[in-house]
Amino acid sequence: MAENTPVLSMKNIGKAFSGNQVLQDVSLDIMPGEIYALCGENGAGKSTLMNILFGMPVIAATGGYTGKIYLEGEETHIKSPQEAIEHGIGMVHQEFMLIPGFSVGENIKLNREPLKNGALSRVFGKSLRNVDFDKIREDSKQALDKLGVELDPEADVQTLPVGYMQFVEIARELDKSSIKLLILDEPTAVLAESEAEIVLGIIKRLSQMGIAVLLITHRIGEIMEVADTVTILRDGVNVKTMKIADTTSGEIAELMVGRELVASENRERSEHEDENKEVAISIRNMKVDMPGERVNGIDLDVYKGEILGIGGLAGQGKLGIANGIMGVYPTTGEITVFGQPLKLNSPKDSIAAKLAFVSEDRKRQGFAPDLSIELNMVVPAMANHDEFFKKIGPFRQVDRKKVQETAEKYIQEFQIRCTGPKQEVRSLSGGNQQKVCIAKAILLKPDVLLVSEPTRGIDIGAKSIVLETISRINRETGVTIIFTSSELGELRQICHRIAIVSGGRVADVLKPDASNEEFGLAMGGGK
Amino acid sequence: MEMVQKRMQQLGLPRIIIIAFIIIIFFAAFLQGQNMAQLISDSLVRFGQNLILALAMMPAIMSGIGLNMGLAIGIVCGLLGGMISIELGLTNIYGIACAMLIALMVGSLVGVLYGKILNRIKGSEMLIGNYLGYTVVYLMCMFWFAAPFSNPAIIWPMGGDGVRATVTLDGYYSGILNNFLSFEIGGITIPTGLFLFVFGVCWIIRIFSNSKVGTTLRAAGDNPEYARTSGIAVNRCRIIGAALSTALGALGIVVYAQSYGFYSLYEAPTTMSFTPMAAILLGGASMKKVNVWHAVVGTLLFQTMLTTALPVANMLLPDGNLSEVFRIIVSNGIILYALSQAGGEK
Amino acid sequence: MGKVKGILGKNAVPILFAVICALGVYYSGTGIPTILADLVNRFDRNALLVLSLILPVISGMGLNFGIVLGAMSGQVGLILVSIWEIPGLAGILAAMAIAALVAALCGFLAGKMLNQTKGQEMITSMILGFFSNGVYQFIFLFVAGGVIHFTSDILLSTGIGIKNTLEMGTMQYALDNIQIGGFSTKVDMFTALVFFGALFTAYYLFRVLVKKNRERKYWIRLIVSAVLIPAGLIGGQMKALNMYKMMVRVPVSTYLLLFGACVLVQAFTKTKLGQDMRAVGHDRHVAASSGIHVDKVRIQAIIISTVMAALGQIIFYQNLGTIDTYYGHEKVGTYCVAAILIGGASVRKATIGQAILGTLLFHLLFNVSPLAAQNLFSNSMVGGYFRMTICYGVIAISLILHTWRSHVDRQKKSEEV
Repeated sequence: MAENTPVLSMKNIGKAFSGNQVLQDVSLDIMPGEIYALCGENGAGKSTLMNILFGMPVIAATGGYTGKIYLEGEETHIKSPQEAIEHGIGMVHQEFMLIPGFSVGENIKLNREPLKNGALSRVFGKSLRNVDFDKIREDSKQALDKLGVELDPEADVQTLPVGYMQFVEIARELDKSSIKLLILDEPTAVLAESEAEIVLGIIKRLSQMGIAVLLITHRIGEIMEVADTVTILRDGVNVKTMKIADTTSGEIAELMVGRELVASENRERSEHEDENKEVAISIRNMKVDMPGERVNGIDLDVYKGEILGIGGLAGQGKLGIANGIMGVYPTTGEITVFGQPLKLNSPKDSIAAKLAFVSEDRKRQGFAPDLSIELNMVVPAMANHDEFFKKIGPFRQVDRKKVQETAEKYIQEFQIRCTGPKQEVRSLSGGNQQKVCIAKAILLKPDVLLVSEPTRGIDIGAKSIVLETISRINRETGVTIIFTSSELGELRQICHRIAIVSGGRVADVLKPDASNEEFGLAMGGGK
Repeated sequence: MEMVQKRMQQLGLPRIIIIAFIIIIFFAAFLQGQNMAQLISDSLVRFGQNLILALAMMPAIMSGIGLNMGLAIGIVCGLLGGMISIELGLTNIYGIACAMLIALMVGSLVGVLYGKILNRIKGSEMLIGNYLGYTVVYLMCMFWFAAPFSNPAIIWPMGGDGVRATVTLDGYYSGILNNFLSFEIGGITIPTGLFLFVFGVCWIIRIFSNSKVGTTLRAAGDNPEYARTSGIAVNRCRIIGAALSTALGALGIVVYAQSYGFYSLYEAPTTMSFTPMAAILLGGASMKKVNVWHAVVGTLLFQTMLTTALPVANMLLPDGNLSEVFRIIVSNGIILYALSQAGGEK
Repeated sequence: MGKVKGILGKNAVPILFAVICALGVYYSGTGIPTILADLVNRFDRNALLVLSLILPVISGMGLNFGIVLGAMSGQVGLILVSIWEIPGLAGILAAMAIAALVAALCGFLAGKMLNQTKGQEMITSMILGFFSNGVYQFIFLFVAGGVIHFTSDILLSTGIGIKNTLEMGTMQYALDNIQIGGFSTKVDMFTALVFFGALFTAYYLFRVLVKKNRERKYWIRLIVSAVLIPAGLIGGQMKALNMYKMMVRVPVSTYLLLFGACVLVQAFTKTKLGQDMRAVGHDRHVAASSGIHVDKVRIQAIIISTVMAALGQIIFYQNLGTIDTYYGHEKVGTYCVAAILIGGASVRKATIGQAILGTLLFHLLFNVSPLAAQNLFSNSMVGGYFRMTICYGVIAISLILHTWRSHVDRQKKSEEV
């Protein structure tokens, strides 16, 4: 009988953030000992779903959720992470929650240390009870043994290989008494293949112990290997729930990215493309050491005047390509721009080669928050092309009038909502900040414009303006564009060719009207 | 009413408090029957005398170093320039020109070194700058003892080694800027030469901050990553900022001394960097944003407060150093306020 | 060989300063007994102040320059006791009680402030020290007598403001020289050696036998402690060491108090609160996400540190005998930080041993450098400046090295991932 009661059952979960529906009617049932995979692209709603399940304060603060959650058949409303833990739900986050200077045992018992009375507690009361280090050692040894991992509880966590840190995290959840459901968020994202194998082994072992595992991952191969059931989320909607036995990796990939085909205005143009077009950028064996988006040797040619899309799942290295070309992250290999070899690892030289970049990391690299809109737009052009200056006597001074006129022109053209060119960029909305970043890049008068994730985190209205602008610039000025995005729909809407990156390599270069299945396969890593 | 509220907000809490305080002091001074013209004259001199030191904070903040707590390093360079000019026996315009020239040269050289050190310790510039400053001051204390000066105006009168604790500028260039073209209106003396000079420096700094280097400096200071990906050499910008700040500190102490009449050596520079820091913050600068007006307004307010508070406090309480205590509370209070406004990491 | 090199490298700073101190002792030309007698007093005065720096370091807040607040609180206690004219040991104890309360309040406020400026704790605590120095001066120069009217010997002749220096009177040595059954607890160095030898032997026996701390360092400490007993017994009988016996007097009661403080700090780090402090110190974010109240723990660390410093300042003055009302606390932060750094501590790591060693080396240097300079350069001022240069230089250089190293480490880490 117990076999038939799900450990966790979520029914018709919905959630909106200030009117924006991010989850709608999502349901799932997880049986004891089942390995349940949850996959979807960035922004599909996975983390929101987990936040709801874990009772994170952010959910209640933004108006709660709709739908019902049942734990072992009983309706429950989890109000805090503490409660979730008491209900036997454990979670291993993507970033390690480990204290670097602590031993393995101390980390497993972090803030749950077994205590005993000592001299100080007898005088000053409970909060000064001694930590029982012997018990820490015993308990953590037990938890590690359950995992089947050979690890000294007294070893310093900092000295462990990354994979072992993952084991410590899992051991900590196991050590919490009565764990019934363990959520693993991208457990293998930062691991080497051999380490990932061990983690997968542990997952199977957990399931044999009767613990249900909810596995959040992008890696379709892993899902096929260990999961019993898979649910695919897309745009906050439960697209499909399937038994692994009844599906293929191609189908999963297709479901993850699949969208209604957008009528592409470029499709007819792309048919005109010839092989003997001039090469704008030629990349040979490029490796980029960008944390989380590593590129492991890419060969790619970008033709003059085209919009080349770069797509792929998160963490596969698509973002590393533009960052490598621009010299933002350590890069090796050979890049030529219109036949001239490019000096690597130097943003200044990349800009001098008439490249310009709109970074995906808008907050960190896109703009200077305390400077005005106009200065943000013109500083790169000032620093690299000596523009926007005038001579006053022997001194070269910023030509304020010209700066202001230019800024006003772009504010108008891009419909930047602001009080004027003197406003600080900090106080603009995300979409308007992004428009400033694009104006900044265009003002460098580039031959090749690299745009990464320009629509991330901005509202729908701004999205279409941004996409339209990129497309228009390409049409009107003939500038070559490398457009990186994790949204396949966007890529298909404005690109002429789309390169899909997987595992740090180009898996395939496709036409925008290629079938969903082709895209799915390429993203899954197969060709 | 709304207008008033908006203006108040623009002014900010620290300035409102200080302005109110100054008004109270002037009122009290008037009631006490103080010589108001004299008070205002003194305030003007003190303003001019301290302005360049406050300006020295500007390039440092612009380039992202933050407040230059190691300003003492620049001051020591200025003192060296001053001593050499006296040792050479140069007087009047030649004396001060020589002192300034050496101060600027030594200041910018040392500043480049200082900037190179600061580039390795990003994030802790203020704390380390402060202790580097102190270390250099005490190193120089030992140097002053051993320094091979021979001009009797510099060395101890009773013989013995080294430089005096205070070296007077009488007969060299004491007040040379202050008295140049100075005139009196209604009992208030305007130190024309001093104003011409310091506003000249302000103007040069303004030109600098509107130049290519100045603009890139500001970008580098506000968001180093943005600057780097925009093809700006951030570390170089920071070195320029540190060097300029140190050089201005060196120049500032020469101007200060000609107005004050003395060079104070040995441990004196250790406490000198706090007043200009407080002044520029009071003027409205933050750890990230700054312009020439912040320095001007801040120095004017701060020095007026200090100058006028002194006689008023002395009449209230002849013993004890009430105005000095206020200087300590106000200057450090403003710096604390700025630190807490900058906000910490999460 | 490699091991020797490792030990040398790890302890480069204390070893370097030990060498400088040895040179200083040599060139000062002072007799060792005189220096030792002075050092015993200086250690007595400063050890608790330096110890008060340890907990904030463990909690990841760096070196707490804000112990100046604690020192001021201590002086508040002493001044109040002087106004109320409570004599002797009772006065000291009353001052300690008052100081602890004032320091706890100051520490709470300082902790709140430091939570606002995470990542900039050291500079904030330094400026906070300067700022509260102003407030302190305002209170005791103008409010005392000016606003709050009272009569006392310690007021200036105008009736407004406290005098610049206050005599401790019967409170001097009230702790150092507690009389037990008519016997002074201030004894010659060899008796003290025997006494503390026995005490340490008992302590380390307890650790080894009961607590089962069987690592080698505990055995070594046990043996060294045990050797102290016969050394004291024999030394006390030797004619050649008579000078030492006469000149070096050890205030056993205060040293017992310091020993107690060390044991308490040590025991504290093994408690739940101590463990939380370590966790917060290593990684604030992880600690917070595992449910530790980071801000609260940080405030507690600062409160304890401030209270310890307040008690330390009272011990300081009961030994010195004269309170420097307005400048006595000013440099406490700087001196103590320099001392613990010389002992080999860093912004991230500080132990009791480093605090003790640092206090000894720093104050030995302070003692001998003016005389050594007098003999070397025939100018004692140079020595004064030399020791200030060392004091600030040590802080500057170790901060630079620490910041630089952590930058390099972070870079390495991001390369590995």
